[in-house]
Amino acid sequence: MMKFACSLLFALFCSLTPALAQDNAPDALVRKVTDDVLTVVRQDREIRSGNTSKAIELVETKVLPYFNFQRMTALAVGRDWNKATAEQKTRLAEEFKTLLVRTYANALTSYKDQRIVYKPTKLPPDDSSVVVRTEVVQPGSQAVQIDYELAKQGDVWQVYDVRVAGVSLVTNYRDTFSQEVRSNGIDGLIAMLGKRNRELQARKS
Amino acid sequence: MKTQRSTRIWCLTCAALFALGGCATTANNPKDPFEGFNRAMFAVNEGIDVVVKPIAQGYDVAAPLPLKVVIGNFFGNIWDAWTAVNNLLQGKGGDAASDVGRVLINSTLGIGGAFDIAGEMGLTKHSEDFGQTLGKWGVGDGPFFYWPIIGPRTTRDTFGWMVDVYCDPVWRVDDMALRNSLVATRYINLRASLLPSDKVVREAAFDRYEYIRDAYLQHRRSEIFDGAQPHEVIVDEPAR
Repeated sequence: MMKFACSLLFALFCSLTPALAQDNAPDALVRKVTDDVLTVVRQDREIRSGNTSKAIELVETKVLPYFNFQRMTALAVGRDWNKATAEQKTRLAEEFKTLLVRTYANALTSYKDQRIVYKPTKLPPDDSSVVVRTEVVQPGSQAVQIDYELAKQGDVWQVYDVRVAGVSLVTNYRDTFSQEVRSNGIDGLIAMLGKRNRELQARKS
Repeated sequence: MKTQRSTRIWCLTCAALFALGGCATTANNPKDPFEGFNRAMFAVNEGIDVVVKPIAQGYDVAAPLPLKVVIGNFFGNIWDAWTAVNNLLQGKGGDAASDVGRVLINSTLGIGGAFDIAGEMGLTKHSEDFGQTLGKWGVGDGPFFYWPIIGPRTTRDTFGWMVDVYCDPVWRVDDMALRNSLVATRYINLRASLLPSDKVVREAAFDRYEYIRDAYLQHRRSEIFDGAQPHEVIVDEPAR
């Protein structure tokens, strides 16, 4: 009997270890980054009262490393992406990154102690791309779903799309971007993004 | 009752008139053939918001959080009943049963819907409307419209909205003063809940009309699929 119990324990241990070792699994990653960011926001009165530049700093240090902006930009630009040279792609991704970081940071400043629920994640068999679903639960209204799409880049998982209530912060730009490319080319799009970023930067809010 | 009917007729007439008027405008986006009209109405709503937004801001500052939660729960409970009907129409019997449970529990133990006891007991809140039901039945979006006061709606969702209003118990309250204050409170509460997204949209969007339109269309698509919409792969090159 004792032996049976021991082997059962051992089996349990074996089945648990891989789960514990999966620290770089996509769902664990999203949870860790979200927890890290919200821990700071909860303690930082300035961010919660709308200090965007402080929130931007937080996003840049805690979130940026896990985002794949090249891929995000490709997704936002759509089929015109192929028309861009390598140099244009880099500049485009740089400008789009600045804009998205600000959007993300602005959203953070309205955080008011909502609870985050992590939905179970189905890992695809081919390990290519996965959606991690979370929910922001707030009393008095329906929960807001936030989905992160991640793809494996070498050994690490990186986010390449964020959807809030079904709205992709990335592909929502597609029509606007393709219109700009149609009328002013890739350089026009880079200029449009750059202009907006400088304006927002100058506003210093 | 009479006012309701005339409101509905008014809506339909407007829809028809505007649809005709919109034909005259040039459009280059297939999902938004009446863009000229829509942008004009968008501007009208911006004008209306000059008045509505400060009221919502005042409400947001003045009302303590627990009160806002109670108000949200109260109207949410009324909507839950309509959600149950729509879940049933969409063939989601389990969800419908859970919604009915929510209404029963929250209307009694939750004191007329003020508290979401059912939610704490694990009955998840859903949100369905007739536009989503039509979408589930296979009715397409149709041209996009931006209406005064009620905001963005596809053609399908415009009809869905009319059915929603027709069946909405709040619009059926006999006492006119009470009904108007209920409708107004709900409207201001809704506007207040959207205040945080104002800044996000203002800074993120190059063209706010377009940003809101596309976000609305994506959001509705996601709602019809209950958050599990099929993956859209449009990008040609996965681009590392």
